[in-house]
Amino acid sequence: MNLDTLEQEAVRVPSNVAVSCITFGAESWLQAADAMQQAGAVLLTLWGSDDRDRDGHFRIHAAYLMPQRLWIIGHAMPSDSPVYPSLSRLFPVADRLQRAVRDLLGIHADGGDDRPWLRHGGWPASVFPLRRDVDPAHAHAVQSSAYPFVHVSGDGVHEIPVGPVHAGTIEPGHFRFSLVGEKVLRLEQRLGYAHKGVAKRFESMRLDDGHRLAARACGDSTVAFSWAYCSALESMNATVVPPRAVTLRALALELERVANHLGDLGALGNDAGLAFGQTQFSALKERLLRQNAEVFGQRYLFDLVVPGGVAKDPPERALVALSSELSDIKREVNELRVLYTNHAGLQDRLQGTGYVDPAQARTMGALGLVARACGLARDLRVDLPWPPYDKFLPTVAICADGDVAARLQVRFDEVLESLRLCSQWLGDMPAGAICVDLPDTEPGQQGIGMIEGWRGPVLAAVESGVNEGIRRCHIHDPSWQNWLLLERAVLDNIVADFPLINKSFNLSYSGHDG
Amino acid sequence: MFDILSRIRRTGRLSETGPQAGKATASDPLQSKLHQTFGRALCIRQVDAGSCNGCELEIQALGNPYYNLEGSGIHFVASPRHADLLLVTGPVSVNMEEALKRTYQAMPKPKWVIAVGDCGACGGIFGTSYASRGSVGNIIPVDAMVNGCPPSPTALMQAIVDVTTGMPQSGQG
Repeated sequence: MNLDTLEQEAVRVPSNVAVSCITFGAESWLQAADAMQQAGAVLLTLWGSDDRDRDGHFRIHAAYLMPQRLWIIGHAMPSDSPVYPSLSRLFPVADRLQRAVRDLLGIHADGGDDRPWLRHGGWPASVFPLRRDVDPAHAHAVQSSAYPFVHVSGDGVHEIPVGPVHAGTIEPGHFRFSLVGEKVLRLEQRLGYAHKGVAKRFESMRLDDGHRLAARACGDSTVAFSWAYCSALESMNATVVPPRAVTLRALALELERVANHLGDLGALGNDAGLAFGQTQFSALKERLLRQNAEVFGQRYLFDLVVPGGVAKDPPERALVALSSELSDIKREVNELRVLYTNHAGLQDRLQGTGYVDPAQARTMGALGLVARACGLARDLRVDLPWPPYDKFLPTVAICADGDVAARLQVRFDEVLESLRLCSQWLGDMPAGAICVDLPDTEPGQQGIGMIEGWRGPVLAAVESGVNEGIRRCHIHDPSWQNWLLLERAVLDNIVADFPLINKSFNLSYSGHDG
Repeated sequence: MFDILSRIRRTGRLSETGPQAGKATASDPLQSKLHQTFGRALCIRQVDAGSCNGCELEIQALGNPYYNLEGSGIHFVASPRHADLLLVTGPVSVNMEEALKRTYQAMPKPKWVIAVGDCGACGGIFGTSYASRGSVGNIIPVDAMVNGCPPSPTALMQAIVDVTTGMPQSGQG
């Protein structure tokens, strides 16, 4: 099977980017996966759907990200044998995705790791909460049991278990280190602690309300997720968002990127023993958040992006003040960058630490800034530009070194590039409406939204239900792919460097756990 | 090194005056109230019991130079055994239920619990389901709640001051 054949048979799916969809039987589904892997695609996500009420089938959908297109390859299974070919031989991330699909929907891959992933004993193994005939309100007592971590044995090998409650103000997850002395031989992650049933919750919401839940799938990427959801919905309805709203959305997305990067730049200094960096960058981040409050009425931009546009039209004077503050922040970032670069002690901690080999990054499907810090030029804003990025292409920040220092450098470059984009938009902000009404949506419509958030590409796949409801909504955070790389990046490092390496990735738990 | 020192000097002090307990006046500042209650300092343990990470960002902001929580003798500790106050963000996922209970039990008495954010206070948009137990109060005893999505650092500081000085909670973000 080759991609040309696929292109002839595929149908376009409404989206803000180019998306093609095709459905196959089991054998061709696997052949298509093989063709995707050969072509260098990233397996972005897998999601299942329970269509037994419609045609007696379960379905599995695999989304493959290529530089010019997102492919969705579907496969239907009869309800009495919900088994599909495992993709874990071709794509390392498939194992966890397949385990998550099985925990929620009870459809199985025919190979690979079969330990539970999202189900930690909070519901019985015989209950599949995402099935349509399962009452979302039905709760179960927790029946926890030991999780079978992979055990490393040998002379002097010991384990350090960390989490789910961590020593700082961070999200919950478990890390199991196997070490000799201080050197890390193996890291195994166990995630899913923040699983709060987002996919099931979507199914009890209206289409025009779902953006509020998408906005809270991962709070630090609220603009990216709510924009992805709204893009899916607007594409489904062929709604054209007014130019002013488009520009304000992009402004908000870049401000979100800058705020998160500023926080990380400070935290990376702090974790390497330079508390000065934390003080300086956290102050800059606070200044930015206060500007957000002046411009959009809130420090974090929850519910700013709404179906049809944005919820808040900033006053002109606030935009002028923002422009001036951003110029100040840019000057300060440039100054601090020189201090970081010239600080031998800091650079000594960052360089060579947490190294990811570019070939490995490619194999594991690295996304977002982690990929860019391994020399992989992957950025949706350039690869599949949607408005307004089609007219305002950013320069992709690339560094091929693959270590903590590289991820720091990519953040610096991206902050400056985002500030450049913001300044362009603020200098020429379109006038006019900030929102349009969406028409009624027929049941069974599909839409895909994809946005390059500050961590990487986020996806929302929405299907409409009856009475303007959501039949199914799947959202994907790029942390799924990058968590796997973190397990590799820490190998052969000393365990004391884990916080620094972990911070250089700064992956989402909530966005992953769903 | 000279560049760093020079920048520190130019940055100056950014810390703002924190909120006062209840109707306290300027002569009755936060720090002296806390001194009366604790002698020296207040130790906080934070647990994310299933939050979206929005509340965590604002809790982290408490440490920036503008709010300078440590300057008031309040600091975050790595173990619940060292903590006087538990800040919990939610909703409480079923997968975090046991870890939250064990963290609470590990704290010495007397202890306070503040449920942070709309989700921690009432379950928020996630509510209760197969995967979510909803509000923090459904799992462990709660002394105060701070609403908001997320609550501002100022609202968080006000709640910390109020609960530890025995003031009726304001409850609003």
